[in-house]
Amino acid sequence: MKSTSLGRETSRPLKNHTSFGQTLRNSLTMAYRGLLKIRRTPEQLFDVTLQPILFTLMFTYIFGGAISGNVENYLPIIIPGILVQTVIGTSVVTGVQLREDMDKGVFDRFKSLPIARIAPLAGAVLADTVRYTIATVLTFVMGYIMGYQPVGGLGSVAIAAILVIACSWAVSWIFAFFGVIARTAASVQGISMIVLFPLTFLSNAFVPVETMPTWLQWFVNINPISHLVSAVRELANNGAIGFEFIISIVSAAVIVAIFAPLTVRAYMRRT
Amino acid sequence: MSNAYNTEWAVEARGLVKTFGDNRAVDGVDLNVRAGSIYGVLGPNGAGKTTTIRMLATLLRPDAGQARIFGHDVVKESHIVRQLIGVTGQYASVDESLSATENLIIFSRLLGLGRSEARKKAEELLEEFGLTEAAKRPLKHFSGGMRRRLDLAASLIAQPPLIFLDEPTTGLDPRTRSQMWDTIRRLVVTGSTVLLTTQYLDEADQLADRIAVIDRGHVVAEGTVDELKASVGTSALHLRVHDAKDIAGAKEIVEQVLQVRSSVTAEAAKITAPMADADQVTDLLIALRTRGIQLAEISVQKPTLDEVFLTITGHGAAANETKAQGQQERMEEVRA
Repeated sequence: MKSTSLGRETSRPLKNHTSFGQTLRNSLTMAYRGLLKIRRTPEQLFDVTLQPILFTLMFTYIFGGAISGNVENYLPIIIPGILVQTVIGTSVVTGVQLREDMDKGVFDRFKSLPIARIAPLAGAVLADTVRYTIATVLTFVMGYIMGYQPVGGLGSVAIAAILVIACSWAVSWIFAFFGVIARTAASVQGISMIVLFPLTFLSNAFVPVETMPTWLQWFVNINPISHLVSAVRELANNGAIGFEFIISIVSAAVIVAIFAPLTVRAYMRRT
Repeated sequence: MSNAYNTEWAVEARGLVKTFGDNRAVDGVDLNVRAGSIYGVLGPNGAGKTTTIRMLATLLRPDAGQARIFGHDVVKESHIVRQLIGVTGQYASVDESLSATENLIIFSRLLGLGRSEARKKAEELLEEFGLTEAAKRPLKHFSGGMRRRLDLAASLIAQPPLIFLDEPTTGLDPRTRSQMWDTIRRLVVTGSTVLLTTQYLDEADQLADRIAVIDRGHVVAEGTVDELKASVGTSALHLRVHDAKDIAGAKEIVEQVLQVRSSVTAEAAKITAPMADADQVTDLLIALRTRGIQLAEISVQKPTLDEVFLTITGHGAAANETKAQGQQERMEEVRA
């Protein structure tokens, strides 16, 4: 062993805070770590590859005839719905994996490094946008294969895809919060499902709202998931960016504004 | 030299307390570690060693008391403290799913090194720690010793002036252990301060300039290795003669050479005597040869951790730990 690089560095400025630039750099490095992990264990992408294919096929052929008369007419309704349901559902994995990750020794090192406190969390949620992208692309491709022709054109579909990915990223902060406060990965999965199921199914994702009882319509109409589904439909089917788009973006921003600080605080308290 | 290191003390801790439920894991620990030294914290499992280190390394918030690292408070100036320390945990704090190179690159990048700088640093450290060949393999296939070395390498990326090593050699084979000791010694030569915890008196003896013995969350003894040894007592001689008739003669020689009283255990025909200096065994062996006394067995043992504890605290290391330590007590034995 050479002793040269064990020498002590003697001139280093000491600061008691992290700059915004450093926070960003640290988060990107942690996201890079997340991507490396996905590359090392590609089997963890099973859910985002199989689920869009399976669900799109299943729901379209089961509900198509009953709700829209035939499959072709149902596609413009179900593809945006299934897209939102699948991609938002994928964000649960963020919390589960964060919990598993935090139980490992390497998190001790992250905590002892002079890096932005939020970086390990931000990195984890950033890396997972890769998962949302895979799920989004596959859902649209499945729809196209089954005969879906989005009237809005490719550009609008791309914007819709980005909207869904951005909103899932925002929602993943909720599950990241559960991931930080829960004791085990299984309980994160459990709590998250209880939150997610009512949100995705009590929406306009699969069936027209008018078919539901009035009291349920009230909830469905304020459910942010419904607005996101509507926004995607407007974009993909009409190429329009409207009121629903803005509501979705605002809801996403509110979720991040609440849950990102909450998650970081819980994370710091656990240390 | 930046003023951060001008302090004489690398670590100053006063009355540190950490409670988990109704268990006071650390109950008023004081520590002073002089910059540039190796300081050993010695104690059995569950004594509060790891909890103390975790508080000093900003990983745990103390319930009471305060601690300064090079004059910076661990709670109020935690971000500064993190720039001054490297932590190698009891359980390897590296990423199992990544390769050694990837681990070091990520830690280097987090510490602000550029892309090519980080790669260079990773290569450099892997070479220093003899891990170059295994650099690309996932850590799953690493041995315990390799993992520890990688862990230590990761702690040295930023060349921190203070390094915490939590039981750096627990579970390592003797060869890897002595390699680790060499590495630790070299760290201090280059100006770093090392605070290490250990269960082995031997290890503290080999490495540390000063030792604190910790038990049930308290520091029960503190001082240089020699001071501590003096308080514990001398090493012990155990001797068995081949022919039981020689036992009286042997006893006489032992007392003559060592200038101490010895005792004989009847059933094993074994003579035991305290020894001030293990070197005296040479004189003793010559004297026995001159008298023509044949030996069956002779050993000189250092006081074990259990004996240290018995002497200092009046009770042995916790009963459930005794077995584990029994396997670990390594004695310097001379067999004839």
